[in-house]
Amino acid sequence: MVLIYIDQADQQIKKSTQEALSYGAAIAKQLGTTAEALLLGNVSDNLTALGNYGVTKVHHINNVQLNTFDAKVNATVVAHAVKKLNATVVVFAHNINGKALAPAVAVKLEAGIVTGASSLPDTTNGFVVTKTVFSGKAFAAIQIETPIKVISLNQNSFGIHAQETTAIVEILDIPVPAPSIKITSVDKIVGEIPLTEATLVVSGGRGLKGPENWGILLDLAKSLGASTACSRPVSDADWRPHHEHVGQTGIQIAPNLYIAIGISGAIQHLAGVNRSKTIVVINKDPEAPFFKAADYGVVGDAFEIVPALTAAILKSKASA
Amino acid sequence: MKILVCISKTPDTTAKIAFVEGNTKFDENGVQWIINPYDEWYSLVKAIELKEKDPTTIIHLVTVGGADTEPIIRKALALGGDEAIRVNSISNDSFSVAASIAQVAKEGAYDLIFTGKETIDYNSSCIGSMVSAMLDLPFVSLATHLELNGTTATLKREIEGGEETCEAILPIVVSCQKGMAEQRIPNMRGIMAARTKPLKVIEPTSIAATTTIKTFELPLAKTGVKLIDADKMDELVKLLKEEAKVI
Ligand SMILES: Cc1cc2nc3c(=O)[nH]c(=O)nc-3n(C[C@H](O)[C@H](O)[C@H](O)COP(=O)(O)OP(=O)(O)OC[C@H]3O[C@@H](n4cnc5c(N)ncnc54)[C@H](O)[C@@H]3O)c2cc1C
Repeated sequence: MVLIYIDQADQQIKKSTQEALSYGAAIAKQLGTTAEALLLGNVSDNLTALGNYGVTKVHHINNVQLNTFDAKVNATVVAHAVKKLNATVVVFAHNINGKALAPAVAVKLEAGIVTGASSLPDTTNGFVVTKTVFSGKAFAAIQIETPIKVISLNQNSFGIHAQETTAIVEILDIPVPAPSIKITSVDKIVGEIPLTEATLVVSGGRGLKGPENWGILLDLAKSLGASTACSRPVSDADWRPHHEHVGQTGIQIAPNLYIAIGISGAIQHLAGVNRSKTIVVINKDPEAPFFKAADYGVVGDAFEIVPALTAAILKSKASA
Repeated sequence: MKILVCISKTPDTTAKIAFVEGNTKFDENGVQWIINPYDEWYSLVKAIELKEKDPTTIIHLVTVGGADTEPIIRKALALGGDEAIRVNSISNDSFSVAASIAQVAKEGAYDLIFTGKETIDYNSSCIGSMVSAMLDLPFVSLATHLELNGTTATLKREIEGGEETCEAILPIVVSCQKGMAEQRIPNMRGIMAARTKPLKVIEPTSIAATTTIKTFELPLAKTGVKLIDADKMDELVKLLKEEAKVI
């Protein structure tokens, strides 16, 4: 059986879970077995509807302590559940909690793990999982040698596959150890889609000259319903908040669309965005390295192009 | 206070990524090696900052690797740290690397164990989580801030779209990222001092690898950028809608 971990925050299932469920269901199909899901804590979502992503059962560990994330506690509980349910493949989203949890679960199960998987495993001869390495500049095919396999899936690399079905929900009784940390506060930027979950991203670099010029970029983002990001010097200079910094030393993202405005495309910047499906580059320098990594490019002054692009998007939306 | 800082050797961020021996090995030809940036800028410097506040603090560095990692360890010692331990094992299986670190950690009875957020070569972000499970310690991942008050640590960690503050009683394992500390460069005195700091080499307890790398592959090159005239933004929107199908 393939068991998929449901990640939640604020009693809501995260979007990356839908992709992990779809991925786990596809692995189960390939192995001729079932896909089931594991939920720790309570959520407001309708659990039977998770069947839509291909799982037949949702095992629910209904304990309020598990509403908040504690890596040590969650790892103990998940590993216990895997053993009790006899799962042979365990799937996580390679998101913030998945990164903290999956390797610890693998240790507790004495299982081999591949984190950051980019496609379905090859099970024709053993169990080989391909993952991104060298910050997206290469792939490695890795054989897992142990009876139990743990995989975490790179976000936005498999897609969400849904069809109408329902899952059965079963309460699972697993003892929950005492908390190992105490969460004292949570600060969330309200009303924004977290960058790692955004499908559309508009990003600005030093070419925009100063924080006072960000209005045109924000207008473009708004016209698309996109999240905003920036290059490292921009966040270092406090033109934009640190959580917008993408790249090798910032956040790594893989949206469907990444629009880079006034960003040169340094190798360390590309390392954070090169898994984006479509890249649009707007830069006045035709020699900017970013054009080599782009699908679409516009050579010219961002201060003219960006407002024109926003107007074109609004026009196209109005006529749709 | 005793701190263990995990140090990994990685290719420089601008290194050319290529593979040899039928795409089974990373091509090390001409590659410059650096301390994994997250290990250097955030975990090591954070440990140094803590020692500056409390000079009785002892910092040990640990690396798992062959003798070729020693120049990197000396570079790290030039920034700070009292001594280093190299576990003489060449492995790219996270499980075995973590087991070697856990072995060192158990013997040293550390209050804090720091790793970087991930290494920039294998990007697995496994070691901190694994070590915490092997030692049965709390784990705070992707930390951006840490303050000590006796044996209680107050930490901030990244969550989707924000930050969470938590408290934990030492000993704990922490993975560090941007925000944790301010990047530094070693000075001459540090470089001189590093030469004579102890660097102990120990042998790993044998542990079977749980994974094996079969092959590497480079991504398909982009087919080439399609340039759109600056005054034809309607055309760009049309391409994004109809060709790329992303909006
Ligand atoms: C170890 C290491 C890690 C790093 N990590 C990161 C990272 O995580 N993320 C990151 O972003 N960087 C990172 N960097 C820095 C990186 O090397 C680059 O310095 C940085 O990405 C450059 O930012 P930029 O493109 O905004 O600025 P610049 O390189 O200054 O580029 C500005 C661009 O704007 C264009 N421009 C100027 N005016 C206009 C205009 N009016 N209209 C249109 N275009 C215009 C210019 O042609 C130029 O291409 C790292 C560096 C190192 C050494």
